Amino acid sequence: MPTVNRPGARLAWIGQAFLLGLALLVLVILGRALAANPILFLQQVLNGLQLGFVYALIALGYTMVYGIVKLINFAHGDVFMVGAFVSYFAVARFRLSEWPAAAFPGMPGWLVLLLGSLTVILLSMTICAILAVTIERVAYKPLRDAPRIAALITAIGVSFFLEYFGALGFVFSPRFIPYERMFNVTTWTVGAGGIHRLVSGQAVPDNAITISNIFVIILLASILMQTLLQFLVRRTKIGKAMRASSFDKPTARLMGINVDGVISFTFAVGAAFAGLAGVLFAIAYPSITSQMGILPGLKAFIAAVLGGIGSIPGALVGALIMGQAEALTAGYISTPMRDAVAFTILIVVFLVRPRGIFGEPEGEKA
Amino acid sequence: MLLEARDLNVYYGAIHALQGVSFDVDEGEIVTLIGANGAGKSTILKTVSGLLHPRSGQVLLRGESLVNVPAQDIVRKGIIHVPEGRKIFAPLTVAENLEMGAFTRSDPAEIQATMERVFKSFPRLKERLTQLGGTLSGGEQQMLAIGRGMMAQPKLLLLDEPSMGLAPILVEEIFSIIQEINSQGVSVLLVEQNALMALSIAHRGYVLETGRIVLSGAGQELINNPQVIQAYLGGH
Repeated sequence: MPTVNRPGARLAWIGQAFLLGLALLVLVILGRALAANPILFLQQVLNGLQLGFVYALIALGYTMVYGIVKLINFAHGDVFMVGAFVSYFAVARFRLSEWPAAAFPGMPGWLVLLLGSLTVILLSMTICAILAVTIERVAYKPLRDAPRIAALITAIGVSFFLEYFGALGFVFSPRFIPYERMFNVTTWTVGAGGIHRLVSGQAVPDNAITISNIFVIILLASILMQTLLQFLVRRTKIGKAMRASSFDKPTARLMGINVDGVISFTFAVGAAFAGLAGVLFAIAYPSITSQMGILPGLKAFIAAVLGGIGSIPGALVGALIMGQAEALTAGYISTPMRDAVAFTILIVVFLVRPRGIFGEPEGEKA
Repeated sequence: MLLEARDLNVYYGAIHALQGVSFDVDEGEIVTLIGANGAGKSTILKTVSGLLHPRSGQVLLRGESLVNVPAQDIVRKGIIHVPEGRKIFAPLTVAENLEMGAFTRSDPAEIQATMERVFKSFPRLKERLTQLGGTLSGGEQQMLAIGRGMMAQPKLLLLDEPSMGLAPILVEEIFSIIQEINSQGVSVLLVEQNALMALSIAHRGYVLETGRIVLSGAGQELINNPQVIQAYLGGH
C-alpha cells in the first residue's frame, strides 16, 4: 500500500477540521441568535437581502466580463460609484427628476416621481455603459493578446484613476456628499399589529420588523435585471454570440460574429447594472464619495468568486450569501468585523473550492 | 475565377510558414490541398478566412482583395471556414450552434429552410437539437461543424481535415456529403491528410511541402503521379 507522505497532507487535514469547526461555531452563534430574538434575526436577514441584491447587480458585471475576456475588471466598483454620482448631479444640481412636472403641468405626482426617477436611473446606466466601453477600448483592448497579468494590473490602475480623479475638487470632491434622493424613503412596520407606516421619530415596536420602499425597489430591480439578463444570454442572438465568443473567439469570428463588438456590449451591460446598483445604493445609504465603490466592488467581486466566476446564477447566489454574512456579522459580532468576514470568505473559497459554487472546473474547455 | 491566391507569404513570428504560395479555385470546383503535417495547409485556409494576415501577396475573391479584411467580414462575402478539430461551441446546444452558423443572416424563414436542408444531409443532427454540442460524438461534431458552415449559405467552403479521427465508414459518409454540397453549386477548398480520399473527389489538387506548392494537377492525375504515390498514398 502506498503511504501518504505528501508534505502538508497533515496540515491540510488540520485546516479542514479548523474550517469545519468554524462553520459549526457560526451555525451555533446564529442558532442562538435566532432562538433569542427571532424578530431581530429576521430583520438582520432582510438587511442582508437588501445588501445582497445590490451586490448581485455589481457581481454580474464582474462575472460577465470575466466570462468573455478572462479579466477581473477591478475598475468595475468605480463604475458603480460613477453611477451614484451621475444620479446625484442629475437630481441635486440639474433637477432632472422633476422634468415631467415642468413639461406636463398637472401630471399626477406619483407619475412625475416614477418618470423622473426612471429617467435619472436610465441616464446613470447609460453613462456608466459608455464609460465602461471607453475604458475597455482605451485600456484593455490593446492588451487583449498580452499576458493576463498586464490587463489585470491595468484594471487596478484604471480603478485608482477613477477613484482619485473623482476625488479632485472640480470633479466629484474628496469628501462625503449628502445624497439627495429623487423620492422619499418610506418605512413600514410589519408585525402582529398589522402593517403601519413608520412616522419619523417614532420607535419601532418590539415585535415588528421594518421594511422600506427602497428595500422593495432594490429587490424588484435586481430580480428584474437578473431575469432580463438570463433572457438576453439564453434567448437572443447577441446573447448566444456572447456565449459562443466566451468559449472560442477565433471560431466565433468564423461565424461572422464581431467579437470586439460583443466584448464591448458585455462591458456595457455589466456597467449599466453597476450604474443601477450605484443609484439604488446611494438612495438606501445616502452619503456618497469618490471612494464609495471600493468596498462594495470588492465584496461583489468576492460574491462572484464565491458563486463561481463566469457563472451568472452564481453571481446572484454568491451575492446573497455575502449580504447575509455582512448583515449578520454587523448585527451579532460587530460592525467593523463585517469587512473582515467578507475577506475571510474569499480566503476560504480559495482554500476549499477555488472555482466557487457553480464554477466550471479549470481546464475543462477543449 | 472565384478565389485566387497570389504569391502568399505568411509568417508565425520568425517562422516563414507560407513561402510564395499561389493557387486558385474556380466556381463549382472541389480543390484539395494535400501535404504532410506542418506543410502549411491549415495556414492557407486561415489566411483565406482572415484569421491570419499575409505579410505579402494577394487573396482575391472574384477579383476583390480579401487581404486585411477582418475574418467576420469575410464570412459575409460567402467564404466559410470549417476549422480543424471541428471547434463546436461545446456549451451551446446543437440548434444554437447551427444558429451561430447563420449569424450573418436575418430572415428567419430562409434560415429555417437552410436548416431543413442541413437536416436532410445530416438527419442525426435533428435528433440531437437540444443536446449540448460538447456531448456529441466526434462524427456528430464533424457533421455539426459542416452543417454549421452550410447555415451561412457559402459560395466557397473551406474544410480543414474533415476526416480527422473518424471511423472509415463515417469518412465515406462525410466525403459523399461534401460532393453533394458541391453539386449544389458550392465550391470547396479541402485540406486533408487522407490524400487518397481527397484526390478521388477533387477536381484539382495542390501538393504542399514546407510552405511551398510543389505539384498541382487534376485529381486523377495526381492519384497516378509516382511522386504523390510515393509520398502520400503509401507508395507501392
